[in-house]
Amino acid sequence: MMGPWLDRLAAMHSRRGWLTTALVGAIGVIGVPALNIVPPPDTWLHIPDYVVMLLGKFLCYAMVALAMDLIWGFTGILSLGHGVFFALGGYAMGMHLMRAMAGEGVYRSQLPDFMVFLDWKELPWFWYGFDRFWFAMIMALAVPALLAYVFGYFAFRSRIKGVYFSIITQAMTYALMLLFFRNETGFGGNNGLTDFKRILGFSLQDPATKLGLYIVTAVCLLLTYLLCRYVVTSKLGRVLAAIRDAESRVMFSGYNPLHYKLFVWTLSAVLCGLAGALYVPQIGIINPSEMQPAGSIEMAIWVAVGGRGTLVGALTGAMLVNGIKSWFTVVFPELWLYVLGALFIGVTLFFPRGVVGFLQRFSKGGGSCTSNR
Amino acid sequence: MHVEPVGVGLGGHSRESEARVPVVRRGGPDTSHGIILYVEGLTVSFDGFKALDDLNLYIEDGELRCVIGPNGAGKTTFMDVVTGKTRPDAGTVFFGQTVDLTRLTETQIAQAGIGRKFQTPTVFEHHSVFENLELALRGNKGVWHSLFARLSGEERDRIEEVLEIVGLTESVHARAGLLSHGQKQWLEIGMLLVQDPRVLLLDEPVAGMTSRETERTAELLTSLAGERTVVVVEHDMEFVRTISRRVTVLHEGRVLAEGSMEAVQNDPRVIEVYLGG
Amino acid sequence: MTPFRRLPPSRREAPETDLTQRTMPSIKVASLGLAALIVSLACLAGTPARATGLEEALRGLGSKSRKTILRSIKDLGRAGDPAALPALEALRDRKLRVDEQDRVLILADDGTLARDALTGEEVPVAGQRLRSPVINNRIRRTLLPVIARLQLSSPDPGVRLAAAKEMVKRPRSGAAGAIRSALETERDGKVRQALRLALALIEIDSPDPVRRISAVRTLGASANANVRARLARMLQTNESGEFTAEPDPEVRAAAAEALRSIDRRLALVSLARNLFYGVSLGSVLLLAALGLAITFGLMGVINMAHGEMLMLGAYATFLTQNLFRSYLPEWFDWYLVAAVPVAFGVSAVMGMVLERCILRHLYGRPLETLLATWGISLLLIQTVRLAFGAQNVEVANPAWLSGGAEVMQGFVLTYNRAAIVLFVFFAVALVWVLLRRTPLGLRVRAVTQNRSMAACMGVPVSRVDMWTFGLGSGIAGLGGVALSQIGNVGPELGQAYIVDSFMVVVLGGVGKIAGAVWGALCLGVVNKFLEPYTGAVLGKILVLVFIILFIQKRPQGMFALKGRTAEG
Repeated sequence: MMGPWLDRLAAMHSRRGWLTTALVGAIGVIGVPALNIVPPPDTWLHIPDYVVMLLGKFLCYAMVALAMDLIWGFTGILSLGHGVFFALGGYAMGMHLMRAMAGEGVYRSQLPDFMVFLDWKELPWFWYGFDRFWFAMIMALAVPALLAYVFGYFAFRSRIKGVYFSIITQAMTYALMLLFFRNETGFGGNNGLTDFKRILGFSLQDPATKLGLYIVTAVCLLLTYLLCRYVVTSKLGRVLAAIRDAESRVMFSGYNPLHYKLFVWTLSAVLCGLAGALYVPQIGIINPSEMQPAGSIEMAIWVAVGGRGTLVGALTGAMLVNGIKSWFTVVFPELWLYVLGALFIGVTLFFPRGVVGFLQRFSKGGGSCTSNR
Repeated sequence: MHVEPVGVGLGGHSRESEARVPVVRRGGPDTSHGIILYVEGLTVSFDGFKALDDLNLYIEDGELRCVIGPNGAGKTTFMDVVTGKTRPDAGTVFFGQTVDLTRLTETQIAQAGIGRKFQTPTVFEHHSVFENLELALRGNKGVWHSLFARLSGEERDRIEEVLEIVGLTESVHARAGLLSHGQKQWLEIGMLLVQDPRVLLLDEPVAGMTSRETERTAELLTSLAGERTVVVVEHDMEFVRTISRRVTVLHEGRVLAEGSMEAVQNDPRVIEVYLGG
Repeated sequence: MTPFRRLPPSRREAPETDLTQRTMPSIKVASLGLAALIVSLACLAGTPARATGLEEALRGLGSKSRKTILRSIKDLGRAGDPAALPALEALRDRKLRVDEQDRVLILADDGTLARDALTGEEVPVAGQRLRSPVINNRIRRTLLPVIARLQLSSPDPGVRLAAAKEMVKRPRSGAAGAIRSALETERDGKVRQALRLALALIEIDSPDPVRRISAVRTLGASANANVRARLARMLQTNESGEFTAEPDPEVRAAAAEALRSIDRRLALVSLARNLFYGVSLGSVLLLAALGLAITFGLMGVINMAHGEMLMLGAYATFLTQNLFRSYLPEWFDWYLVAAVPVAFGVSAVMGMVLERCILRHLYGRPLETLLATWGISLLLIQTVRLAFGAQNVEVANPAWLSGGAEVMQGFVLTYNRAAIVLFVFFAVALVWVLLRRTPLGLRVRAVTQNRSMAACMGVPVSRVDMWTFGLGSGIAGLGGVALSQIGNVGPELGQAYIVDSFMVVVLGGVGKIAGAVWGALCLGVVNKFLEPYTGAVLGKILVLVFIILFIQKRPQGMFALKGRTAEG
C-alpha cells in the first residue's frame, strides 16, 4: 500500500533536486555545527558561536519566507500581516520561557516581573498552561492558525482581493501592534518578554544550548521545506496557482477558492508561528516591534529578491537580504534604509522573478529546484 | 499599460453565507418535463440601466440553442446570472424542476453540472495543457482530496481522449499561456468537456478562430447536443446558421423573437432591431 | 435668624494664608496694564488734578500711620482708578516698600529690583534701607474688596473677565459688595455672567435660605465643573443618610435641580467637543486620504509613499517658515499662506518624478507597485532624516492661528483646528473644481473610465497619468501644511497616517471623492466618540473591526459604483 505514496513523495523532486536538497540539508544540519565544534577556534575552518546564532536567526527568517511564498508566490495573495503570526508564535514561546523561570525574576515572585511591576496579584487566565512546554508549543501554532482562519474567513468570504487584502492585513498588524504595546493587554507592553533563563532545563546562556537550538531550527526548516514542496507539487498546489492566474475559471471548474485560500493562508500562518517560536529563545526577547507593519513588508521583499513562486528563491532571498542587512547595519547603518529601499524598487522594476529567476535565464538546465511556475 | 478597473478588487457579493442550499446530486437535475433550464421573470439592473428586463426563456434538455442579439441585449448578463456570477434583482433560474440556481454559488453551479466558456478565453496560463485539463476534470474538488490526489488510469485516458477531440495532443506539455488564441479557445472547450457538464454555456466560442477551426467547432457542438444541452451566444450569423435548430433573439433584456433561423431572420421586428435605429 | 453659621471662622481666614501665591499671575497682568496706563496718562496730561489726587493717595499707602493708609485705600477705592491696583496688590502681598526718599516702591519678585509706584521707573534696591508699611486685619478687610472692585473696573474687558473668573474660582465673601456694584455698571455680557456666577457662589453660603435658593438657581445655569462640585457638596449625606451640608429641603431640591441642569449642559459641551475634535480629526484624515482617493481611487495606483508626500509638505512648510524668519520677519505671520503653494509644488513635483521614473513601469501590477512605493517611502524618510535630523523640527503657529475662542464654558474652539476644517473645505473644493471644471479634469475622468478609448480620442494618456499623480501628491502636500500646525513634524510623520488614510478610502469606496469625505468624517467622529469609553488604542481596533465587518456587507464601500465591471 505504501508504494504509490513513496512514488508520490519521490516525485516531489528530480533525482538531482533530491541530491541538492540532501546536500544543502546536510550542510545546514550537520556541517555547520560540526565546524563550530570540531576545528580549534583560531583556525579558518571554525565557525564562531555568533555566526551560528546569526545563521539560526536567518533560518527562522527563511521559514517565514517559505510561508510567505506559499501565500504570495504561489497563490498570488500578498500578506502584509505575517509579522503578526511570527510574533504570536514568539509570544507563546516567550510566555513559556517566562513561566519556566517563575520565582527567579528580579522580584522573586511566581508572577513574571512585569506583572509584579504593574501590581497584578494573579496570573491572567490567558497565561494558564504556559508553564508546560507542550502546551506552549501547541499554542504557538494554534493561535496564529486561529487568527488567520477567522480573519481569512471574513476577508476571503467577502472576496477581498489584491491590494485591498494587503491593506487590510496591514491594518490588522497595526491594530495588534497597538494592542500589544499596552501594558494592560498582559504581554509586557512596550518591553515585551525578555531576560529568559532556560528552556526545558538547559541554560539559554550556554553555547551548547544555542547550538542545540540552531540544529532544531535547521531540522524544522528542512521539514518545512519538504512540506511546502509537497504542497506545491500536489494538485492542491496547482489549484493555488490557478487561483492566482484565473480565479473565475477555478470557480467555474467547480472548486471553491475560499477553502483553498483559507487552507494555504492558515498553513502559512502556522509556519510563521513555528518560526517565531524558534526565533525567541535564540534572540532572547519578543516585543511588539516585531509586529511593526514595516517588518511584515520586509518579509515580502525577502521573497521578491529571491524569486517568488519558487521555494528555493524564498530561502535564498531571506538569507541574502538578511545577510546584507546584518553587514550594512554594522558597517554603514545610515545607508541600510537606502539599500532596502533600492531593493524594493530595483527588484520590482528590473528583476520581477528575483535572483533565482535571473540565474535560471542563464542556465536553462538548472530547473531541478524550481517549482512548476 | 493597463490600469485595473476601479473596484475590481472588492468585487462580487458575499455569497458563501448562502451556501446551505442542497447541492444537486450527481445523478443530475430532474428533467421529467423535458426542460432543463427555466428562466423566469429575470431582471438585472446596473445603476438604473436594465441589462435584463423580465426575461423568460426555456431551454429543452439536449437542445442546441443559439442566443443572438445586438450589443447590450443582455446575452452575457444572462450567462452571468445562470452561472452565478451576477445576482438578479428579481426572477428565478431553475435547473431542472428543483434547483434554483440564483441561490447557489458559482462553485456549486459548476458542480451541479453547468459549464461555461468565457468570451475571452480563460485558461490557466502558467500551467501546461495537460494540467489545465487535469484541474478541470470531473471529480472531487475538495481541499484535502486535492492535497493527496493522484490521477487514475481512467482519468488519464479521459484527458487523452479530450486532447484528441480538441486537437491539442501535440502541445500537451506546452504552457497554456504560449498557445495561439484559437488554441486557447479549444483548450477552454476541452476543459469544459472533461468537466462533463449537463449544460454548456458558450460565449462566442468561434471568435478568433480560422474558418477551418470554426467548422470543426460546429461539428463538435452538433455532436455534443442530444447527450448534453448546449447554449451558444454568437455574433457570427453564418456559424449560427450552420449549427442551430432554434434561435432566440434578445433585445434590451427581453426575448424579441424565437424560432428557426429562417423564421427569425424574416421577423420584421428582428430586421428592425438589426438594421434600423 | 438662622441658627447656623455655615462657614466656620477658620475657613474665612483661609484665603489670607495663600494670598501671595494666588495673586502672582494677576500682578503680572496688572503691571502690564499699569505700564500702558502710565504711558497713556503721560500723554493725556490734561488731568493734573486727578493725577495729583492719585499721587497723594498712593503716597499715603506708604504712610507710617495706619489711619492714613486706611484713608488712602478708601480714596483709591472711591476714585476707582485701576492704575492704583499694582500698589494695592503689593500692599496686600507685603511687597510695598518705602525708601529713604519716601518714594513708594513695589518690590519685584526677586527682591533686588523695585518699581516706583508713581512713575513706573525701575529702582535698584540692593543695599538700601527700606521700610514696609505695617498693615493689620482692619486694613486688610478694607483693602481686599477695593482691589477686587478696582480690577472689576479696569477698562480692559479681558482684565475684568479675568478678575471675575478668579472670583468664581476662589469665591471670597468680602467681594460681594464690589461684585454687586460692578454688576450695576458692567456692560460686557461675558463679564456679567461671570460676575453673577461669582456672586452666586458667595451667596450660596448666605444664612438666608431664599438667597441660597436664588444663588443655586443662578449656578444651575452654568456648565462649570467647579460649580458642579460645589453644588454636589450641598447634597452630601453622612452614613445614616442625613444631609450634613444643607439643612433646608427646599434649597436641596433646588440644588438637585441645578445639578441636573448642569449635567445636561456638561453632556452637551462634551458632545460638542467630541464632535469638533472628531470633525477636526476627520479633516486631517481627509486631507491625508483625499490625495489617496485620487491616486488610488482614480488611477488604481497604490502609493505607500503617500504618507511621505504629507511629510514633504510639512517639511516644505518648515523651510518656508525659516525663510520668512530670516528674510521677511515683518511678514512672518503670513508664512503659512506662502507655504500652501510651496508645499503643493514640492509634493506634486516629487509625485510626478516618481510617476515618470518608477510607477508607470508598474501599471497593471498593483502588488509590485505597493512594494516599490514602500521602497520609495524608505528612501524619502532616510533622506529627510539625514538632511534635517531624526528629531522633530519646530513649526510655529502664526499668531492668528494660536489660541482659540471659548464657544461654551469648558469648550475652546482652537483656531488651528478650526482653520484646518476650513482648509479641508478649500482643498475638497479645489479637487472638485479641478476634476469637474477643467480640461485636465475632463481628461483624467476620460482616462479613468476607458483608457484605450481616451487614447484613441487623442488624450495624451501617459501625460494625464503624470498630472493626475502630481495632483494627488500635491493634495497630500497640502495635508502636510495642515499637519504641521497641529502636530509634530518629523521624518516619520507620514507613517502614522498611511494606515488610517487607506482605511478611509476602503470605507468610503474607491473612485469617489464624496466617498473619501464621508469615510474620513465617519472615521474621525467615531474614533473621538469611542476614545473616552475605550481608550485610544482599543478605539482604533474597534474601528478596524467595524471596517472589516462593514465591507462584509458593502464590499465596495459606502459609495459603490455598481456596474458592468470586468472580471479581475
